[in-house]
This record gives sequence, C-alpha cells and structure tokens, in this order.
Amino acid sequence: MFRATWKSLLARKVRLILSGLAVVLGVMFVSGAFVLTDTLGRSFDQVFADAYEGIDVNVAAEPKVTLGEMEGEPVGAPVPAALVEKVRAVPGVAEATGVVAADGARLIGSNGKVVTSFGPPQLGENWLGESDLVTLREGREPRADDEIVVNAALAQAAKVKVGDRVGVLTLEPKKEFTLVGVFGYSGDRDSIGGANEIAFTTPVAQRLMLGEPDVFTNINVTAADGVADETLRDDVARALGAGFQVKTGEQMSADAAEGLKEGLSFFNKVLLGFAAVALLVGTFLILNTFSIIVAQRTRELALMRAIGASGRQIIGSVVLEAVAVGLIASVLGLAAGIGVGALLAYLFGKLAGGLSLAGLGVPAAAVIGAFAVGLVITMIAALLPALRAARIPPIAAMQDVATPDRPLTKVTVGGAVVTAIGAALLFLGLSGNAGDNTLATILGGVLFAFIGVALLTPLISRPVVSLLGAVFAWSVPGKLGRLNSGRNPRRTAITAAALMVGIALVTGVTVILDSAKGSLSALVEDRIKAELVISGAQSGPRPPSFDPAVLEQAARIPGVQLVDGEYGDMASIDGQRTWVGASSNVAALERMFGAKAVAGDISRLGPEEMLVSSDTAKSRNVSVGSQVTVQLSRGEARTYTVSGIYESSQLTNPAVLPPQATKDFAVPQPIQGFVQLAPGARVADVQPQLERLLADSPEVSVADRDAFIKQQTSQVDTLLTMIQILLALAIVIAVLGIINTLALSVLERTRELGLLRAIGLRRAQTMRMITVEAVVISIFGALLGVVVGTGLGAAVVEALKDEGITDLILPWGQMAVFLGLAAIIGVIAAVLPAVRAARINVLGAIAHD
Amino acid sequence: MTATVGRQAQAAARANDVWKVYGSGEAQVVALRGVSAEFERGRFTAIMGPSGSGKSTLMHCLAGLDSVTRGTVAIGETTVTGLNDAGLTKLRRDKVGFIFQQFNLLPTLTAQENILLPLSIAGRKPDPAWYDTVIDTVGLRDRLGHRPSQLSGGQQQRVACARALVARPEVIFADEPTGNLDSRSGAEVLNFLRNSVREHGQTIVMVTHDPTAAAYADRVIFLADGQIVSELIEPTADTVLDTMKKLDTPAEVAR
Repeated sequence: MFRATWKSLLARKVRLILSGLAVVLGVMFVSGAFVLTDTLGRSFDQVFADAYEGIDVNVAAEPKVTLGEMEGEPVGAPVPAALVEKVRAVPGVAEATGVVAADGARLIGSNGKVVTSFGPPQLGENWLGESDLVTLREGREPRADDEIVVNAALAQAAKVKVGDRVGVLTLEPKKEFTLVGVFGYSGDRDSIGGANEIAFTTPVAQRLMLGEPDVFTNINVTAADGVADETLRDDVARALGAGFQVKTGEQMSADAAEGLKEGLSFFNKVLLGFAAVALLVGTFLILNTFSIIVAQRTRELALMRAIGASGRQIIGSVVLEAVAVGLIASVLGLAAGIGVGALLAYLFGKLAGGLSLAGLGVPAAAVIGAFAVGLVITMIAALLPALRAARIPPIAAMQDVATPDRPLTKVTVGGAVVTAIGAALLFLGLSGNAGDNTLATILGGVLFAFIGVALLTPLISRPVVSLLGAVFAWSVPGKLGRLNSGRNPRRTAITAAALMVGIALVTGVTVILDSAKGSLSALVEDRIKAELVISGAQSGPRPPSFDPAVLEQAARIPGVQLVDGEYGDMASIDGQRTWVGASSNVAALERMFGAKAVAGDISRLGPEEMLVSSDTAKSRNVSVGSQVTVQLSRGEARTYTVSGIYESSQLTNPAVLPPQATKDFAVPQPIQGFVQLAPGARVADVQPQLERLLADSPEVSVADRDAFIKQQTSQVDTLLTMIQILLALAIVIAVLGIINTLALSVLERTRELGLLRAIGLRRAQTMRMITVEAVVISIFGALLGVVVGTGLGAAVVEALKDEGITDLILPWGQMAVFLGLAAIIGVIAAVLPAVRAARINVLGAIAHD
Repeated sequence: MTATVGRQAQAAARANDVWKVYGSGEAQVVALRGVSAEFERGRFTAIMGPSGSGKSTLMHCLAGLDSVTRGTVAIGETTVTGLNDAGLTKLRRDKVGFIFQQFNLLPTLTAQENILLPLSIAGRKPDPAWYDTVIDTVGLRDRLGHRPSQLSGGQQQRVACARALVARPEVIFADEPTGNLDSRSGAEVLNFLRNSVREHGQTIVMVTHDPTAAAYADRVIFLADGQIVSELIEPTADTVLDTMKKLDTPAEVAR
C-alpha cells in the first residue's frame, strides 16, 4: 500500500511540486522572517556589546517623561557635572567620565542637504579622546569651540573632509564648524551600528545637545582592578541615592539591543502576516490539486477498493502523498527562507550604514515553524479530497460511473454560516468591543470571511461565470470555454477564490489608505487657512525642524498676514503621558485652524497659562482655572493654569502651552510652519522669499497647499506600494493555481479535446477555448476580490471614523486595473495548458484507453 | 450471518430472489427481477445474456459492489446483503477477487507489485509456494519487473488473473475478461482460468457475451430482461450460440 502510494506520487511529481510551490513560498516567508530577525538580533547584540565595551558601570538620570513602545527614544534627563566628582569618590571607582551623547546632531553635507541615518541615532557628543574603541584616522581632536570631529561613516556620507567648514543642526539652528578630524573604531569599522556621530568640545556639546552648561547625559565609570562590575554598580547606586539609573555596561548593551529587538519583532510579525496570506492562498491551491488528482484517479482508487483496500487506507494514501509534498515543500521553503533571510539581513546591514552582521543563524523556531506550517497546511488542504477519495465506490473500477454533481446546498449553508461568523467577528473587532483581542478578532473575522465567501463561491460562480462568459460567446471556442469554466463549479470556485484572497486584501488596503489620504487632503484643503506650509519629511525618530527666527522674518514679508510655528512634545500632564503642542502665535488656533472656544479665552496665552481641548478637559476633568502640572522632556515640572478650552478637532493638539515652554521640548524648534497670506497677495511672490529665509534650515522646505498634501500623503503611497508588492506574491500563487487547474483539466479532457480536434477545431481555436476559460475564471476571482475587499475596506473605514478617516473613497481606477490585470493573468496562465491542449495527438486522444 | 451447513455450504456464492431497481417513477429501470442462483465451489460458471439483460448487474450484486433492492446475496458463509462498508471491505479483501475487462492494473507499479497489491493492502504475506505456482501457471516469471505499459494486452490480463488468484479468494468474478483481447490471447487467458478451476479448485464466475468464451465454463446461465431464462451444463460454443439465438426471439423461450 505504501509502495503504491509512493510510486503514484513519483509519477505525478511535477504536478505536485507545482502545487507545493505555494507552500514553499509560505514556508520561505516564515523561516526567512525568523532567520532575519535572529541574525539582526545577534548583530545588534554585538554592536552594543562593542559600544559599551569600555564601560564597567554607567550612571544616568531617570528620563523626565517615559515614552511608550512606539513613541521613540526618551530624552534622558541630564546629570549635573558635580555628580562626576561624587561618583569618582565612590570606593572601587578607577575613573568617572562625564559623557554628552544625545540624538539630534545633524550634519549638513557638501551638497547642502542634511545627512540622515534612516533609523540609527545621530549622536552629538563631547570628545573624550582616543580609546581602545575610538581612534582618530585623520586630523586631530577638537580644541576650539568651532571645531568638530566626525566618525568615518558620516564623513563619507556627507562627502566632507578635514579642513572643511560644515554646518551642524542641533538644539540650536545651524552653526558653522571646522572639521578637524575623522575617527573610526576598532576592527576598522566606520560606524557602530550605522550611527552618525559628531564630537564637539565638552562645553559646546553641553550647550548644543543638552541646552544647559555643566551637565552630562551620563557618567561612564571604570572599575578599579579587582572590583566586580555588579558590586561597583550597587555601591555607586547606594552612594547616589534615588533618581538615577545605574547599570553595568552589559546591562546597558542588553537594554539597548532589547529596544531594537522590539522593533524587529514587529517586522517579524509583518513578515509572518504575509506568510499567512501566502499559505491561505496555497491551501486553496493544494486543495484543488488534490481534488483534481483524486478525480483523475477515480478508477485507480476504485480498483484499490475493489481489491480490498478500506476507506481508511485510501484516506491514508492521499494524506501520505500530502505529507510527502508538505515535507519536500518545507525543506525547499526552509532553504529558500534561509537564503531570503540572509539576503534581507545583508540589505538591512547595507541600508543601516554598514551594520556588521553576526554570522547567519538558523534558529530552531525557523526549522520548527517551517515544518509545522508546511506539513499542517498541506495535510489540512488534502483532507477534504482524501475524504472524497474514500467515498469512491469500488464499482467505479468497472464502469464510468458519472458521479453526479452533489448539490451545493451543504456547501452554501456552510459558507453562509462561516461568512456570518466572519462578519460578526469583524463587527465585534471594529466596534472596539473586543478589548485587548481587537487585532486578533479582526484578523479572525477576515479569515472567516474569506473562507465563507470561498464556500459560497460555487453558488455564485454559476450566474456570474455565465454572465462573464457571455462576453466571449460570439465564437464557438469562446462558447466552449465559457461552458467549460461553468462545468465544475467547485473547481472554478476554489481556483477563483485563491485569486480572490490576494485581490481582496490589496483592494481592502487600497480602500483604507485612499480613504485616509482623501480625508487628509480634504482636511488640509478645507480647514487649514494657510497658503504656504513649512515642513520636511521625517526619516528618523526625530521630526525635522527649523530656525524659529524664520517665523519672525516671515511675518515681515509683504503680503503675509499671519505666521504660525508649531512645536510638539510628549509631556506628562499630572502624571499621564500626553502630546502637547505650542504655537508661536496662539491666535492661529482660531484664525488658521478654525478652533472654537468652548470656555475661557483661546485667542491669547500668558506664560503661566495653557489651553486644553474639550476632549482633554473631559478626560482629565479640568476646567478653566484648573491648576495643572506639566513635565516636559527637559527641565523641571511646572504648574500651568488652564485659561481656555477649545473644541477638539483633527487639527488641534490635546493641549497647547505658551511659546516660552518650548525651550524644554525634546525638539525646541518649530517642526511645522503655516503662513497665511493677506487677501490679494500671491503665493508665487511670497514663496521664493520664504525659501530664502530657510536657506540655513535644510531639513524643511516651503510648499503650497497642493505640494503639502502630496508631501503628507507620500508616506501613505510608499506604504501602499510596499503592501501591494508583498501581496502580489499571493496573486502570483493564485496564478499558479489557475495554471495548475487548467493543466489538469486539459489532461482530464484529453479525449474530449481530441474529439473536438477530430471534428475540425483548429489549433488556434483550441487555444482560444482554453484561454477563455482561464480569463473567465481569473476575472471572476478578481471581481469577487474587488467586491469582498471593498466591503472589508469600507467596514474598517467606517470603524475608523473617529480616528479621522471621515471620507470613504473607493479606488475605482485601481479596481478597473485589477480587473484588467486579471484578464491578463488569465491569458498568461492559459499559455502552457493551451499549448498542451493544442498539441494533443488527435488519434492518440480518441484511441486513448 | 452464517448459513446452515449442508448442501448450501457447497455454494461459493448465492443469490436469493434478488431484485435490483434503479431510479424511481418514470425513470425507473428494473435490472433484476427475482433472480435466484447458486454458484458451486470449484466450478467455472459463465453468465450470459444480451446487452441490458442484467448480467453485469447480477455480478456486481453478487460481489457486493452494488446493493440489492430486495432479496439476499451470500458469498460462502457470509451474507453480503446488509453489510456496512467495513464488512464489505473485509469481504473483498478476504473472499472475493476481480478480473476486469480493462485489466485495471496500476500503471506505476511493476507486474509483480500489481500481483501482490491485494495482499499488501491487506497487510498479508504471500504463501511462497502458491505464489510460485500462480506465477508459473500464468507464465510471467520473466516479465515480473515490467510495467503494465511494457506488456501486451494478454500479458496484462494474465497479470490481473494472477492478482486475483494469489489471494486464494472464495470466488473470482471476471467481467468480460476477454473483451479487450484478440482471440489467441483470449484463449490463453480462458485456458488459464479453466485450469485454475480444474487443478486448484478455484471458483470463478464470469460475465461474457462471447459464446466461445462461455464454452470454457462448466456451466452457463442465461439472463434476459433481468431473469434467468436458461442454463447449460458442460456447454460447447455451438450449444451456447443456439441458446443465445433463442433468447433473441423471446416468444420461443421456455420459462
């Protein structure tokens, strides 16, 4: 029995490998994700282990405001210089050094543009001299206040050399420095983990990076000989008392790596999500392949039954085939996944500015995941066909029993139930009643909806396919193709359903993102009363900012009526984390952003006063006159009096502080500027003057309203493109499915095709017949996908109404493109099977068997 | 489930007032109308009749491949009627062998693997002496490693016969075994079947419409319109042909 199974498997290896390809791709994603995150994770460990190598114990102050997971790095509170002496006095301390190292030092390259790092920090530091880790490769250390040295990676990226005058942006606007040296790291490395570093003299670093003299970011402590790091840490902590974070170098590097790994795990989840899509589509494909194989082998299986095989043995033999396919696919997928993981890690390393990669690792999770996913998916997909195989009566061995088409009632009822469950889950998830399980509930809902619709597809396929086919019915081959595609509704349905999943996801995502884009443009278009906007594209954790002096100068340009610079910071208000804004011109709230006063006066703001939105007022239970304690990223906590409450809208911040408060913001410079023109003034006149003012703020540019909208939505477009590329894979798998179904159908109908050829159907007509069948199936799938995707997208948009996606925008153009694409996909998928059908030997086909 | 010992125990297969009705209402077709027959152990019985006479249906019902509408069927001491799928599987595994018109060999397996397939499905080992006897009788020893596609039609059918014989079933049902063979190969296969009855006491029930083939049997029963209408013991091709001719003119048929 085993041998018979094995031999029949070998006889159909090409076909099974084709269907296994879907599993290979899915497994590739799964194992690739694990390999990538493992390799990068260990690389980061290495990077930080190096970076903190010379540090035995590190002292820092607790950050003023702790940030959430996706809110970026908190700004550490500075430690006073006097503390260095105190630490040095602790027994066991060999040396204590005050260190300035803060993110936000941006070098202006020789092309006049700011050098960005795409993720890793851009550190501004005090020069601590050469060490085991750091060596000057060129030039000398910075001695004067206008001298800096930079690391080699930054010097290369900025294309600057020793002796150049270079501009640097810090907490303060652009300052000019002379580059007096370039440094590198042990092991001939140009950077540590892709970070850009600029080192100043200590007083300059303190002023520019921390905003006050005689403070440090942290203190590096070296232990005296024979003193254990942990002991020293505890001693130092005891000596300093509460309010400080004292950690060993090892802890520091582990914590730093941990932060990045959290980001990696998110990336991992995204990759696994796409793996899930590929596998879902693959399941349909395998199910169909096995169904067709079982149908083709009816006689053989019936013979087995006739000579004594039990139903269970038949199920066993089909499942065994599935196990073999799953096993082979898992092995191939794992190998491909390791390759893809290595490639992505390499690309990531390049992109992150020369992250030196740790050796490629294959974690156990990758291997276990690959085999579990590959085997389980294949077996689940083969189970239905196996059950069907077991139902083949032995008498089928003797006669062509036309197994009558089983009625679709059961499938349809099942489909309706599953769809209803999916809809219910979606509703629950989107209405926000699912609590912590919202994401899981929504994903479950989408999965159920897909399976439900796939089950309903056979029923839908009859009318829709015959309607679609009617388009091609003008020729005999077209008509035959149409009839063929309606001949086995289950098979057509599953093939189309595989395509549906990919298209539905793309459509759904497009609907959501287009709606988000549309809502955003409408907001800017209708609600912001500013003709010109100063802003820049954010490429790292810190938003781009510009010189606040520009605001005053801009107000003096003829034709400018109102100028507002917007600041923002994550603050702690009465102990709770809240985003706060500040306006250089509070009047803009009403005059530019259309805010309406609910209570008090919102048109002016004293230095000890603040405004809150109506939502904040409600959630914090404050009213005009309330005293509120605000802790910003820097400085001490201050008490403000609420002097006005404005109506919440998408354009307003939860709270507005007076301009004086911005010096304690993490970014103490305006991140966006809005310019309102006087009636009659022309944008074209004002814009060039404004651009000239921003010459020393290369991170930002001036845009008119249209350009601003484009700027704001360009990130959405990038996201959309990335999602579409990844989902294209699901569509490719679906195309494989169509090819497979058609190839098997052609094989199945060898005799029939031979007969048609014998009675005069030309080769070209045969090919056209097959092509029509393919096109009908794929357009049907795309149509289903567009409809389901639109439904899902619209549901999500509806649920996000409160989050600011107010307009439902249906991407009609995209949908038409998908349908057109489906037609092309159909034609492509039909090529091989059609050629094969056309090549059928007429005589052989009729005499066949 | 077991029949009483005695005269009936001599029958390898038995049909008792078997009715088979397909469809219902307008489309109703009565394929068998109260057929009762016994097929003795160690004999070669042929079932003959014109197309649509119900001969294939009778065989399918006897073999437990098709259910009967009324009446009972038994193989050896097992009542087939009313068996569930597991019971039927066991019956096919242990008591019944099949030979088909289309040979029905698995194209991926060699001749030897095809012959041993029923045993390996049942998880049994062949009796080596008997296996050798069967192989020598069908004369395929030098062809055992060949695939079906490398064998002639006659050779394929001999492989199929060996497959049926090797498990020593209670009864072998042969469905037009010579239907796809030329007369020489057909004669070979029939000789071989007759020898297995004479020399090894195998019971064979064969459906055919070829009088020459039927002449190899020990006994022929004739079906027309779903009923047994005649019977011949020790038939010759001529007597069979004569009987068949009479069947074509139903008026002359003696009931």
